[in-house]
Amino acid sequence: MANQGPAYYSPYPAATYEGVITPPEGKALLLEDVVDEETAMREIAKQMLTKENATIFPGPQVLYAWSDEAKRKATLIKEMAEVLNANMIPMYDYRPKYPKIDAEVEINPNHPNLTIWENKIKAAIFIGVHCHYANVALKIVRAETDCYTIAMCALSGHEDAMATIRDQHASDLEKFIKIAKEVKSELGV
Amino acid sequence: MALDIYKINPEFRDIMPQEIIDLEEKATWSVKMDKPRGIKELPDTKELLEEHSLCAGCPEAAALRYVLSALPKPEDTIIVNSTGCTSLMFPHIALHTVHSLFGNQNAVASGIKRVLDWRFPDIEKDVVVLAGDGATVDIGLDYTLQSFFRQENITTICFDNEVYANTGGQESGATAKGQVFKMAPMGKKFDKVPMWELATTSGCHYSVNMTASAPKAVARAVREAILIAREIGPTFLNIYTPCILEIGLSANEGLGEMKDQDKDRFASYKHVSPEAEEFLKKCKEEGRI
Repeated sequence: MANQGPAYYSPYPAATYEGVITPPEGKALLLEDVVDEETAMREIAKQMLTKENATIFPGPQVLYAWSDEAKRKATLIKEMAEVLNANMIPMYDYRPKYPKIDAEVEINPNHPNLTIWENKIKAAIFIGVHCHYANVALKIVRAETDCYTIAMCALSGHEDAMATIRDQHASDLEKFIKIAKEVKSELGV
Repeated sequence: MALDIYKINPEFRDIMPQEIIDLEEKATWSVKMDKPRGIKELPDTKELLEEHSLCAGCPEAAALRYVLSALPKPEDTIIVNSTGCTSLMFPHIALHTVHSLFGNQNAVASGIKRVLDWRFPDIEKDVVVLAGDGATVDIGLDYTLQSFFRQENITTICFDNEVYANTGGQESGATAKGQVFKMAPMGKKFDKVPMWELATTSGCHYSVNMTASAPKAVARAVREAILIAREIGPTFLNIYTPCILEIGLSANEGLGEMKDQDKDRFASYKHVSPEAEEFLKKCKEEGRI
């Protein structure tokens, strides 16, 4: 279990209390360092291609076909999973959790740590997950697992992920896929 | 956008659980319906509580299903509930719900309704309070009555099981005089609060006292109450849903208890204000009821 957090009401230490904040526009975050977006993309691809049970968690903003951008992103995320040899677990929410659903397999924002523990996931990408769920989930995962978490965020990023790239729209995903293919070829995996 | 938020991206259909796919295909969102949603939807509609976590044979579980089936616009309805057995069921339904602090439900609902009217002036949004007798008649009585005084456009439904059931059987204001419970061993000392009468005198345009013995009657009352609340003002339903556990009945005896009470303490009470009466006539002519 994590230590008591700096705020003394949350058991989880939050990155902001350690001075980590979201990256400025055009930049990305690798652990505590602000880096160029391309550098971060290369590191993300490397982590996903080399860690055990790499998994992509697509969230409601891409799981549902509510806009043209969401549809385009869905196609690209599928391609991304193929390039990264990654599994996919939907983080759908907004729908009832019937008791027959196995919450430890189908990720639930309230206990993504269980999903990551049970599946021994060592690298994970959160994409299309609403900010409030991602914030909670990433804090828990960061505190209680050894999973390398990656936030591909369409807004300003998440400081509690190990790697954060921000303002990720369909064109940025295309760029990431291109970089991931290069890294894959360099690593020979 | 509207219902597009419920359409699964074709790319992800293969990774979505079957439950979610079923909901997309079989839910009865009002814009998808060629006929009004209703009680007949219960057996095969995914979002109307396929499973629940209450006691076997619980009349409250049945009543909630009737209420859900009767919502005129489920995708544009927000249910505000309070602590009680029913709150265990809300995680299992595909509707917008807000869990308020115990007793605060009518205050919370008032705020939500006002914001929705401001934020979505062109869309009819319904706010329905669903709480037990402890939250409505005891701890939340002030908030409930104040919302009636203020003429908030919300429907309040009280699942009256005449006891604080999920905390072990304390008497509530709705408990009948003389009733003995595990934590009221001397028997209740004063009369049951006639909440439906309080609702009438406090300004509700529609106030009904009934049991959940007849699904169609419950559904009709719910639909009428919501439509009136949308257009005219506050409405109230008191629905007797006995806690079979606390009064010592078995799982198959809840319906019998409600039917007995139909003729006794819960004999039908219905108040409709003149403007609501006029409005209901119009709704019938337009086929909305």
